[in-house]
Amino acid sequence: MSVKLSTRQVGDVTVIDASGRITLGEGASTFRDMVRDLSAAGHKKLLLNLGDVTYIDSSGIGELVSGFTTVTNHGGQLKLLGLNKRVKDLLQITKLYTVFEVHDDEASAIRSFQ
Amino acid sequence: MSAMAENQSGEVQTMEVLLDSTLESVDEAESIVLRIAGEAGVEEDDLHALGMAVREAAVNAVVHGNRYNARKKVHLNVSRTPDQLSITIGDEGEGFEQKSIPDPLAPDNLLRQSGRGLLLIRAFVDEFELRPRQPRGTEVRLVKYLAKAS
Repeated sequence: MSVKLSTRQVGDVTVIDASGRITLGEGASTFRDMVRDLSAAGHKKLLLNLGDVTYIDSSGIGELVSGFTTVTNHGGQLKLLGLNKRVKDLLQITKLYTVFEVHDDEASAIRSFQ
Repeated sequence: MSAMAENQSGEVQTMEVLLDSTLESVDEAESIVLRIAGEAGVEEDDLHALGMAVREAAVNAVVHGNRYNARKKVHLNVSRTPDQLSITIGDEGEGFEQKSIPDPLAPDNLLRQSGRGLLLIRAFVDEFELRPRQPRGTEVRLVKYLAKAS
């Protein structure tokens, strides 16, 4: 199964709920297109909920980084929510914990944007 | 399409598979290795890690090595002994210098979009070797140690 993405608005924070796999090919490009479109539409506070993402490969990691750069270049913030142990391990191995702000709890993640 | 050959001799079981240069072959390589690793008693978390290493290596072979060229094949060899599982994934590409890949952990490179595949492979297997493949191309050898049955 490729990645499925949906968005919802919580105050002025746009939450992107992702499920499935973010891997080379369709999954990674789907995510890239959504982040680019949201940034272009003026959404500056993005919270990516990876709670139901089962698998991310190096291409998927690359897309997270690319999304982070896109949002930052538009003057916004992209934060991560609900990482499972395997995705946390990936961020540790790649040292991207030093780049991304990661939250376990949605309410506190939303508050962190204020 | 893939071509497959299996051989069992003494305590060594080997399988050789020729895969097309497509992303479907990445799934096939992962599936073959995970089946053999599962039969060898590798547990779930280690299976996930091994599968990830195999996917990254297969993606490198298809995308960077063979560049999706339909005339070029990906060579998968899986060898199982009582102690370890050895997986070799080779391509028919132009080859490359490992040191030409920027260190993905260097602060200046953290925000690069690509270049983390070999890092992840190294992290997820017990031994890793990258070498030229004869007569052409590159191959990686991944080794996963097997726990002794009690």
